[in-house]
Amino acid sequence: MNRRWIDLFSRLFTLLTALACFSLVAGVALILGDVVLNGLKHLSWEFVSTAPKTGMTEGGIFPALFGTVFLVLLMTVAVVPLGVSTAIYLQEYAPAGSRWVKLIRMAIQNLAGVPAIVFGLFGLGFFVDFVGKGIDRFFFDGALTFGQPAILWASLTLALLTLPTVVVATEETLRVVPRSHREVAYSLGATRWQMVRRVVLPQAVNGILTGTILAVSRGAGEVAPILFTGAAYYLPYLPTHLNQQFMVLNYHVYVMATQSPDVDATLPLLYSTVLVLLMLTFALNFAAIIIRSRLRRRLKAGR
Amino acid sequence: MKPSSLSHSVSEKIIETFIHLSAAVSIVGLVLIFIFIGKESLPVFTSPEIRREASLSKIFLPQSPEPGEEKVFRWQPVSVVPKYSLLPLVVGTLKATAVALLFAIPLALAAALFTSEFAPSWLREWVKPVIELLAGIPSVVMGFFALIVMATYVQELFGLDFRLNAISAGIALGLAVVPVVYTMAEDALSAVPQSYREGSIALGATPWQTAWRVVLPAAFPGIFAACILGLGRAIGETMIVLMASGNAAVSSWSPTDPFRSLSATIAAEMGEVVRGSTHYHVLFFIGVLLFLFTFFINYLGQLFVERLRQKLSGTDK
Amino acid sequence: MSPEHPGGLTRPAAVRTRLLKVPAALLLALFQTAPSMTAAGITIKGSDTMVILNQRWAENYMEKNPGVVIQVTGGGSGTGFTALINGSTDICAASRPMKEEEFRALEKKYGSRGVEIPVAQDGVAVYLNETNPVNELTLAQIRDIYTGKITNWKSVGGRDARIILYSRENNSGTYMFFMEFVLRNKDFSPYAMSLPGTAAVANATSRDKNSIGYGGSAYAKHIKFCAVKADTDSPAIEPTEENILSGRYPVCRNLFFYTLRKPRGPLEQFISWVMGPEGQEIVAQTGYFPVKR
Repeated sequence: MNRRWIDLFSRLFTLLTALACFSLVAGVALILGDVVLNGLKHLSWEFVSTAPKTGMTEGGIFPALFGTVFLVLLMTVAVVPLGVSTAIYLQEYAPAGSRWVKLIRMAIQNLAGVPAIVFGLFGLGFFVDFVGKGIDRFFFDGALTFGQPAILWASLTLALLTLPTVVVATEETLRVVPRSHREVAYSLGATRWQMVRRVVLPQAVNGILTGTILAVSRGAGEVAPILFTGAAYYLPYLPTHLNQQFMVLNYHVYVMATQSPDVDATLPLLYSTVLVLLMLTFALNFAAIIIRSRLRRRLKAGR
Repeated sequence: MKPSSLSHSVSEKIIETFIHLSAAVSIVGLVLIFIFIGKESLPVFTSPEIRREASLSKIFLPQSPEPGEEKVFRWQPVSVVPKYSLLPLVVGTLKATAVALLFAIPLALAAALFTSEFAPSWLREWVKPVIELLAGIPSVVMGFFALIVMATYVQELFGLDFRLNAISAGIALGLAVVPVVYTMAEDALSAVPQSYREGSIALGATPWQTAWRVVLPAAFPGIFAACILGLGRAIGETMIVLMASGNAAVSSWSPTDPFRSLSATIAAEMGEVVRGSTHYHVLFFIGVLLFLFTFFINYLGQLFVERLRQKLSGTDK
Repeated sequence: MSPEHPGGLTRPAAVRTRLLKVPAALLLALFQTAPSMTAAGITIKGSDTMVILNQRWAENYMEKNPGVVIQVTGGGSGTGFTALINGSTDICAASRPMKEEEFRALEKKYGSRGVEIPVAQDGVAVYLNETNPVNELTLAQIRDIYTGKITNWKSVGGRDARIILYSRENNSGTYMFFMEFVLRNKDFSPYAMSLPGTAAVANATSRDKNSIGYGGSAYAKHIKFCAVKADTDSPAIEPTEENILSGRYPVCRNLFFYTLRKPRGPLEQFISWVMGPEGQEIVAQTGYFPVKR
């Protein structure tokens, strides 16, 4: 084949890959554009600060917003200490390359691949039926208190789901901390924990933050794990106790999209709800991406 | 540093114990998941009462709906004679997954190739986060989009009988798979040492030839792993198919027919079944199948990632 | 210690108390629980068909009785009965009567077979797309369509086009009622698409020009109701209020509240309000029909 043909083909295929790339970008733009344009129409302070009315055809989404924040906070409280300390263990404590470490790494990666709906089943079978009913039996004489779908169980289910996210992000940043910093701390007589606490963790804040943000964004987005563990169709009050059910934005989107009594009346509200949900998860994702790319740059510079 | 007081060292002990214990949480979690969904699906194997309605042979082999009638595969758990054949659900799941991967993999790989090999760095910085943003779209939003917006256009475009079908659900599913494949493939491509490219260009190859003949083969294990993990994601995804598939338990491979997936079946029926009924245990059994399958897929994926690492580090020296 | 932590020596104590505070707060919160049935709290769980009705009742009642909190959840009649049996709801809203096995489960656990209160009537309407030339079908034709024997509109006098079937998820009372009453316990065709709510069915039918759906007669937007003939010779009846109240419309059912025991206190007040003129007015506004007197 002569050189010119080769060049032509090369250009053509390169162009095709560019086309694929931009059609994906266009796809993202299309989805976002549709949601933003339709969602903005109904978005107002009143919409985010009032409860749904007359079968979700009027009113706002405040209880769902509140439930999402509450749920995600509980999840964060559970997942961040666990995830960060797992990462610390893997990077700072565990003998490198041991079989135990390999097993943990494998478990984390597998956990990340388990379908969300299986987490839902697990939350129902383990947290609600086993732990919840167990607590009821021991502390409440069998009166139904924790043995039912509740925000506590939903948040713990989500915590397990997002654990890999936090571990991976934290580990990534722990790796960046130069070995020399650790050696200096040791040479000053620091114990291992003192070294971790004073030298490693302060430098790892960014990564922990990234992991937390990504976990929160994932947690706010997943519906399948909370379907049977606590999400409610409609509640006239805000959840204030750990054993109550809750409304949540993403499930509210599902409910409005599939069970509204009047689709035409609901659609504008639905779009606005989707927009709020997207703004929430995107803001979080953007923050994570920015922090992470800064981190990566530092990593490259450090090498 | 001052010598630590007694309480200081005690709290340090506590913290370090916590660190050691926490590392086991992921393993314990994974094992608990398996035990607890496994436990609830066990009656499918052990309880004679439940096996009368849903033994393994009834789940996997064709059954006559009524005596004398032709044997068929049916998922009809609420019926005078409940039928628990998983075949329609497996067909539905695979069908949607196939459409999703056919859509997602070429697009994602081409895009990854473009960003890592051809795009100028300012463009890469800009395009990569945008595509990765797809991962940040909750699946319920994707499902909403497929159900409310996309389904109508797809139906009109292809002139289909069914508004909800495997094409539109598959595309939406594909959009959820794209970021998984894209991110991993891009990482794998970027991990190929610059020296490979320089060598190829020095020998007179065009950038495209370099990418296609040198970089891509070098990164192959990673790219394969990306595709496999994409497959895992597509099989387990729930909300998109629940909303956009039509949920008809049809054993048809036609992408223009509606379908019902394994995951969506759990989501739609689990909240409502009577605890301890046959239906309840069969749904958990589906959960076990999904769990085992994705576990296997992940294992395979990790194997290939490991191979990529070895390959690149081995030849780079 | 590194120079950027001048306060390093005093820190651990602060960290320790902070670390202790979190689990302590959690522990406290754990035992500060909300019992599922507070004095003035009423939970209604069950039928998706009734969830809007329940919600409207709840909204109106709560407005007039500020002390009372009513929580409404859907999920299907089956969910409601399960919840009643598990003790996680005060009222089970059901669009079908309780099944014998559910009665038995209830009796075994509480020694009571529950209290059944019909609170409204609903005609299960057959939905057609507005552009469909077909206007009436016999019960037998509807049965053949939904069991998959008839697959083309031409066979019932319509366009030459495939019939697209919309159905409900198998947990719903409407699904059970339709299967028992219209299909005479035959199975639905596997091509029947199950949608998660009556509204979804109505909406899908309105968008799909060759489709058929079924559900409560309250959902009337952008679809038309198919007039139903009990058999080929009888007149075609539309699911209007008049026809349903008079019992002429052949596909008609009661909607129920079930309680564990004879309702008392706030529960009794709420239910008698539901049965009274105000409650039944809301029934009519929502598109259902008052109970027979």
